[in-house]
Amino acid sequence: MGLEIKMPALSPTMEEGTLAKWLVKEGDTVKSGDIMAEIETDKATMEFEAVDEGTIEKILIAEGTDNVKVGTVIAMLSGEGEETPAAAPPAEAPKAEAPAVAQKADESEAPAPKKAESGTSNLAGAKSAPAADPAIPEGTQMVRTTVREALRDAMAEEMRKDDRVFLMGEEVAEYQGAYKVTQGLLEEFGARRVIDTPITEHGFAGIGAGAAMGGLKPIVEFMTFNFAMQAIDQIINSAAKTNYMSGGQMRCPIVFRGPNGAASRVGAQHSQNYAPWYAHVPGLVVIAPYDASDAKGLLKAAIRSEDPVVFLENELVYGRSFDVPQLDDHVLPIGKARIVRPGKDVTLVSYSIGVGVALEAAEALAGEGIDAEVIDLRTLRPLDTATVLESLKKTNRLVVVEEGWPVCSISSEIIAVCMEQGFDDLDAPVLRVTNEDVPLPYAANLEKAALVDAARVIAAAKKVTYRS
Amino acid sequence: MAKPASSRTRKPATAPATLPGADHNRERPGEPESYKASKEELLEFYRQMLLIRRFEERAGQLYGLGFIGGFCHLYIGQEAVAVGIQSALTPGKDSVITGYRDHGHMLAYGIDPKLIMAELTGREAGISRGKGGSMHMFSVEHKFYGGHGIVGAQVSLGTGLAFGHKYKEDGGVCIAYFGDGAANQGQVYESFNMAELWKLPIIYVIENNGYAMGTSVQRSSSEGELYRRGESFRIPGIQVDGMDVLAVRGATETALEYVRAGKGPILLEMKTYRYRGHSMSDPAKYRSRDEVQHVRDTSDPIDGLKKVLMEAGVKEEDLKSLDAQIRKTVSEAADFAESSPEPDASELYTDVLVEQY
Ligand SMILES: Cc1ncc(C[n+]2csc(CCOP(=O)(O)OP(=O)(O)O)c2C)c(N)n1
Ligand SMILES: [Mg+2]
Repeated sequence: MGLEIKMPALSPTMEEGTLAKWLVKEGDTVKSGDIMAEIETDKATMEFEAVDEGTIEKILIAEGTDNVKVGTVIAMLSGEGEETPAAAPPAEAPKAEAPAVAQKADESEAPAPKKAESGTSNLAGAKSAPAADPAIPEGTQMVRTTVREALRDAMAEEMRKDDRVFLMGEEVAEYQGAYKVTQGLLEEFGARRVIDTPITEHGFAGIGAGAAMGGLKPIVEFMTFNFAMQAIDQIINSAAKTNYMSGGQMRCPIVFRGPNGAASRVGAQHSQNYAPWYAHVPGLVVIAPYDASDAKGLLKAAIRSEDPVVFLENELVYGRSFDVPQLDDHVLPIGKARIVRPGKDVTLVSYSIGVGVALEAAEALAGEGIDAEVIDLRTLRPLDTATVLESLKKTNRLVVVEEGWPVCSISSEIIAVCMEQGFDDLDAPVLRVTNEDVPLPYAANLEKAALVDAARVIAAAKKVTYRS
Repeated sequence: MAKPASSRTRKPATAPATLPGADHNRERPGEPESYKASKEELLEFYRQMLLIRRFEERAGQLYGLGFIGGFCHLYIGQEAVAVGIQSALTPGKDSVITGYRDHGHMLAYGIDPKLIMAELTGREAGISRGKGGSMHMFSVEHKFYGGHGIVGAQVSLGTGLAFGHKYKEDGGVCIAYFGDGAANQGQVYESFNMAELWKLPIIYVIENNGYAMGTSVQRSSSEGELYRRGESFRIPGIQVDGMDVLAVRGATETALEYVRAGKGPILLEMKTYRYRGHSMSDPAKYRSRDEVQHVRDTSDPIDGLKKVLMEAGVKEEDLKSLDAQIRKTVSEAADFAESSPEPDASELYTDVLVEQY
């Protein structure tokens, strides 16, 4: 009686991986807790432990094999728990026979989904690339870069240029970043400039702000912005207001950065979009890029700025690759939106991961004869209202797409701007497509229902173009 | 006894008071003793720890198969802490609160593994109806108050629960569990101060498993002897071998006696170890395989208690059949969690507020 050992998912987003190394061979006996193999995911090499006791009967996937799908049988274990047949592993195994990807033969009898897919998969769909950025000189060599690498490169370049710049946060140095954004920085810049902190957000945000007031240029990483709520007092009451209160004497040039917004299946306390919270505050600059080129160019600009900047990244796009211009110094202007897809029938305004959703919707709309223009706001404070209003003048219809709650949001702000300054150009009410107005649930089906997706954007676009 | 009441169990009870400048008049709890358990109690501790271990192994497997998503923090290695402490509490009277590494605390409270596993898979039958997930489970019925994802938040919340016990004069004590990493959050110390000032009935339990994600205690804490963290608030601390369920239970008895007598809060530092990564996606490069193996080989809480049981005359076969029973329970919980339906779509909008306006 063999027990199948399957390729495990070692991270919330893993779909396949490399079976880097077997640490056991056929004939070896293993017991719960023994490390059987090393598996490489997109982020790291992980150890894979045995759960059941038994002898390795057969190794089915050789070490060094790439792209092994989660759920593939990689080895067979012969159970040694035979003395307790009722509880022996094989008896438990049948449930697990389906690979993790939803492959269900017994659909009719088994109403419950086998694998709970994340609702965030709808956010991660966008295959359509943004249009070339007109700010980048034509003919510039482009390099495919992940957002993760682009952010790291931006920090490394600025740190090479300016000794006042240093990086501080939880797990940024030795661990190479909780999401591997700071990979390699400790090695290059040393422990003086790449600093691991204890889990004390309020304290180190204050230390960062103080260091900035005293003449340094800190980059403070929050493991995610959910944890910056511990620190929000220092960000708003200290960093944002000092220059004003001191009559312009005392600056606070600091960058607070980290992932923001919903991640995959992490529940209500770990899935919030803080863009509207920070964009509300005079004295802050708030940036939320979508693609890798903007991530790099705007992070470099943020580090150089003399103002406190809240720089909102998104975990779900860290691994996506985009073209990044190969320039010695790729810096982009803060406060400028970008038309990532030109069109004439309806304007879709978004930022961060919502841009991908808007682009996906635009492509589908094109198939139905609706030519959508997509604007990536990129900077949320100050807001580039001119670009939005100009587009509205052309299309006369506008939909805001936001991966976040609807109430008092960036969408609300855009709609107010259109009412106040673009009223005469409107041929339909401005609509917003946002997450549902609830804390993010864990259950996969509810999570999916709670988050924005292209289908909802398409429906809204049809509504404002009176095609529904 | 898994281990004799070694120096490790109880290194410092008197040490702080003898430090230069220490306040010798400050009241301290007595020296904790290893708990003298009956054979039935020993077997029950063993059963509970093994249930947690097998449940967590299964949860890890289900995660690997994609049934569980997001963050999933396993309690493997730390079983003796929750089991030793919670066995000393009075059900229905004392309250418990912890962080996201919460499966073990719920199982130690006798909460049905099916409801827990179904929460992990995000199903309607889950204890939070699938809306909370691994990190956010609660059972007000058992006075188990969660299941919190923000590191350190449970310490203030637990202090509030203790405030409630005192206010209502219900005789209850709150157990607030938190990690060595959480012990650096500022709100912990704000809470310590008020708890001592107001003599609140709370036992602060630091589950010191050596690491906060990839950061060891030495790299994050200027005072690495965490049982001392209450000293400047006049909260006494005891360091306990958290791999020895009897030592844990014994220290809890001492702490409960102190707190129930109205003397205010107390701090227990449980020296323990997590075998698995921080969560499922931790490559664990910050420690060596040998380090983990060494702990498994020398101080595993379940193996340790097994020795005690054998000495007490329990037979290997009995433990084997207990294991078989537990595996069956866990399998049933897993089957239930895999096959029960997801929440109804309408659940998305329920429970946001209690009242209608
Ligand atoms: C305020 C806050 N900051 C950071 C995190 C991310 N985080 C989750 S668990 C963890 C490590 C906590 O370690 P410890 O307190 O030792 O508990 P353990 O995980 O070892 O049980 C971190 C940094 C968080 N959840 N909340
Ligand atoms: Mg810890």
